[in-house]
Amino acid sequence: MQNWIDAYSAVNLKFLLQGLWVTVEISIISVIFSMIFGSILGIIRYSKFPYLSEIVGLIIDIIRNLPLLLIIFFVYFGLPAFGFKPDTIPAAILAMTVFESMMIAEIIRSGIQAVDIGQMEASRAMGMHYGQAMWHIVLPQAYKKMIPALVSQLISLIKDTSLATIIVVPELMQHAQVIYGQNANYIVPMYLALAILYFIVCYALSLISKVIDRRMA
Amino acid sequence: MLNLFVNNWHSFLTGFGWTILSSIVALILSLIIGSLFAIMEVMPNKALRIIGNIYVEIFRNIPLLVITMFFYLVIPLYFVKINGFTAGTIGLTIYTSAFIAETVRSGINSVDIGQMEASRAMGMTYGQAMRYIVLPQAFKLVIPPLGNQFVNLVKNSSVLAFVAGFDLMYQGNAIASQTFDTVNTYLVVGLFYLIITLPISYYMQHLERKLA
Repeated sequence: MQNWIDAYSAVNLKFLLQGLWVTVEISIISVIFSMIFGSILGIIRYSKFPYLSEIVGLIIDIIRNLPLLLIIFFVYFGLPAFGFKPDTIPAAILAMTVFESMMIAEIIRSGIQAVDIGQMEASRAMGMHYGQAMWHIVLPQAYKKMIPALVSQLISLIKDTSLATIIVVPELMQHAQVIYGQNANYIVPMYLALAILYFIVCYALSLISKVIDRRMA
Repeated sequence: MLNLFVNNWHSFLTGFGWTILSSIVALILSLIIGSLFAIMEVMPNKALRIIGNIYVEIFRNIPLLVITMFFYLVIPLYFVKINGFTAGTIGLTIYTSAFIAETVRSGINSVDIGQMEASRAMGMTYGQAMRYIVLPQAFKLVIPPLGNQFVNLVKNSSVLAFVAGFDLMYQGNAIASQTFDTVNTYLVVGLFYLIITLPISYYMQHLERKLA
């Protein structure tokens, strides 16, 4: 019992919450960048530009089918060979962004595909050019349909930030490891705390997504 | 890159073998466990439904790494000694089974309710109707999403590297730290993952298009 009380001392809890904050920060920054790059790549892939769309499609398929952990290793240990040596947090954000952009690109593409083709044709017939029709007519409808998929992608992104502990990013998982590194009796309390904290964040997001989905429908 | 592979082919292939083994074991176990929880979630019995729901929501919302490390550190501390490979495969199974349960449940729900009602009207018990009428139709619907789960499972098996699970990622790290040739090592490791994941995901895309 005393172990549990010691494990959850005010200092340790504060340290865990600091880690959680870094996790949230990395997730938010990565998701913003990934939404931007993912949307661009998804639209390019959907648009059937000669050569460009095929090449982008191939890159998306390759990176999507690799483990995120491999990409983290590649960015942190591989890129220095090319003369670029990112710090741990930027490396984690870069790796997450590369991976998540491809995942989001695929979500965006299937979202656009789910919008009735007649919408695009009608907009073109009204005299809009392709870009206008995409931006004003197709994309707003597509994004609405994609909200559940995007939120579940965000949830897996938050869970995946725990992998960054391998390059010693000071996020939640890493901070928990530092705490139980001092005393093996803290292992169980720390893993319970990790499970609860990740669960609260991720489950809350999935509830929000359900509410939004019900409002939209 | 070829040179590096020729010099270390034994380690790469060993890792490849362990990755495939852990993915297949975890797939079979999580298909069984996931389907059981999916069926629990659609049962008329409310208590079973709640238990199924709790299992799925808990393990879907906790990182795989947390689950795996828990088994790797806690089981040897209080129960039996297990190696990283076993702990990793247990973690993968539990995590993936929650996702499979969710996939199978939505498959069962998308089978027309009339199928169940008609089977019951024909005098089948709930279990018979589920087993012979609803589940076969549901499984056909969920094959593409299950294939995608398998791709995720193979990718996720790289967490075995955290617990010294001998897998591809673990061997890759060992080779990278021996040869200092990180770029080429990780490229070879990536190629090995793609050998498994790319064909499956292309085939699943093809199936999805055929079903749609």
